Amino acid sequence: MGILYVMWLRQLKRYWRSKPRMVGMLGLPLLFLVALGFGFGPIYQKAGGGDYIQFLAPGVTAMTILFAAMFSGIEVIWDRQFGFLKETLVAPVSRLQIMLGRTLGGATVAVIQGIIVLAISMLVGFRISDLILLPLALFFMFLIALLFTALGTAIASMLEDMQAFPLIMNFIIMPLFFLSGALFPLVGLPDAIMVIALFNPLSYGVDALHAMLGGISTFGIWIDFIVLGALTLAVFAAGSYLFEKIEI
Amino acid sequence: MKRAGQKAAISVESLFRKFGNFTAVDGISFEVSSGEIFAFLGPNGAGKTTTIKMLTTLLHPTRGKMMVNGFDPVHEKDAARHSFGIVFQDPSLDDELTAQENMEFHGVLYGIPNVLRRERISYLLDLVELSERKNSLVRTFSGGMKRRLEIARGLLHHPKILFLDEPTLGLDPQTRNKIWEYVKSLNKKEGMTIFFTTHYMDEAEKVADRIAIIDNGKIVAQGTAGELKKTTKSKSLEESFLKLTGHHIREENSSPKDRMRLDRRLWRR
Ligand SMILES: Nc1ncnc2c1ncn2[C@@H]1O[C@H](COP(=O)(O)OP(=O)(O)OP(=O)(O)O)[C@@H](O)[C@H]1O
Ligand SMILES: [Mg+2]
Repeated sequence: MGILYVMWLRQLKRYWRSKPRMVGMLGLPLLFLVALGFGFGPIYQKAGGGDYIQFLAPGVTAMTILFAAMFSGIEVIWDRQFGFLKETLVAPVSRLQIMLGRTLGGATVAVIQGIIVLAISMLVGFRISDLILLPLALFFMFLIALLFTALGTAIASMLEDMQAFPLIMNFIIMPLFFLSGALFPLVGLPDAIMVIALFNPLSYGVDALHAMLGGISTFGIWIDFIVLGALTLAVFAAGSYLFEKIEI
Repeated sequence: MKRAGQKAAISVESLFRKFGNFTAVDGISFEVSSGEIFAFLGPNGAGKTTTIKMLTTLLHPTRGKMMVNGFDPVHEKDAARHSFGIVFQDPSLDDELTAQENMEFHGVLYGIPNVLRRERISYLLDLVELSERKNSLVRTFSGGMKRRLEIARGLLHHPKILFLDEPTLGLDPQTRNKIWEYVKSLNKKEGMTIFFTTHYMDEAEKVADRIAIIDNGKIVAQGTAGELKKTTKSKSLEESFLKLTGHHIREENSSPKDRMRLDRRLWRR
């Protein structure tokens, strides 16, 4: 058994054993899907956008992954408070391995949550445009999950306790979601909003899922892939460095 | 304290650690020889845990030099981490995993081969009498059971140097005896160096080859239990400990600054 495997397994076991959290995390995405999907659907259609659920489902899937991934990353703070973090920090294991192990586990959990929401969105009317692209869609879901689990982990390794959590929620997670093209297409927007969206990594994740699930892309999937991939590598490097600096 | 022919397992020279303006470890120096059982004693807040955290790479020293198994815990973290095992004073188990899973996780992290790992896990869980509860979540354990699991986990891999920070805190005498027997056998058979802290003086006297006493971040005495008793003209180690660290010393002749320190210590608890 490898080090990465046990760390991955630990995250999955914790996920599986906390069903309330598992279900709770689905609440917000489903609310968005139903409330916005049915609420804005008629207007969106009148404006000539077509079926809103068709547009919204990939975005809400990306949102589910974003939330679940960031939360998994931030779990490092709990580990610190409950003391378990010490156990991993004194182990003769490279910090990159610790970072990888944690992130792979958290990302897997986030992708599972994303798949659940995608499946539910199909129940309320979403249709995948081309089933052959589904494996690629899953690949991009995993890439999004990796990036944001790593980001959550890196941020959490700088924090002592959960007090900063509302800050992270309101100034990182929410803006990432709302300004990503998950809710509205990134066309014909005011310049300021467009610039922010272009600097938002989630925009590329949402775009990739639009491409893979709905068959429409703004940036092109190669750009999506390169941006997400490069950022993931950068965040991993930063996270490993920050892990090395943790003092307890 | 260099001894001919014996390599130092741990050496510490003028080690300082400050938290803000408060000096928790105030220029300590000592050496632990390879294969020695060394007790690090001192009143609450003396700086024992802080010292152990610096030796085990969890905390950076403000100043000073350290060597653990020949490696510098500040600049050669990985090599140092390969050299030691530790049982922490504070909890460090994953509550959401079972006892067995906590053990497995540790075993894999420390690269213990599968067969050996399984053997040792079942042996150690037996030793601390947790075999029957090995598949229960740690969350459901009593304080003493968690403590026993922490110790069993710490003994799973056999490092060159083992740090035990108040390992037997809150354990019944039967368990304490068993654990010390096992630790002594590891020390004998494998030549494992043991560095431990405790507030049970009888334990220190029985187990330790040498003892250092730390108070207010400074080492006030070191030597064998016999030597300490002799220099303080005491009958027991407890008596010499009290003579060295003072029955009421902090109330009697403490400066306002000391008093602030004491207050601060009380607040932290
Ligand atoms: N992170 C920290 N921030 C501020 N002060 C700290 C911190 N950690 C320890 N201290 C202070 O350093 C002093 C030494 O603490 P330490 O934990 O090393 O004591 P100890 O000898 O292990 O005591 P005990 O026997 O109670 O475990 C205490 O006064 C404590 O309040
Ligand atoms: Mg302590």
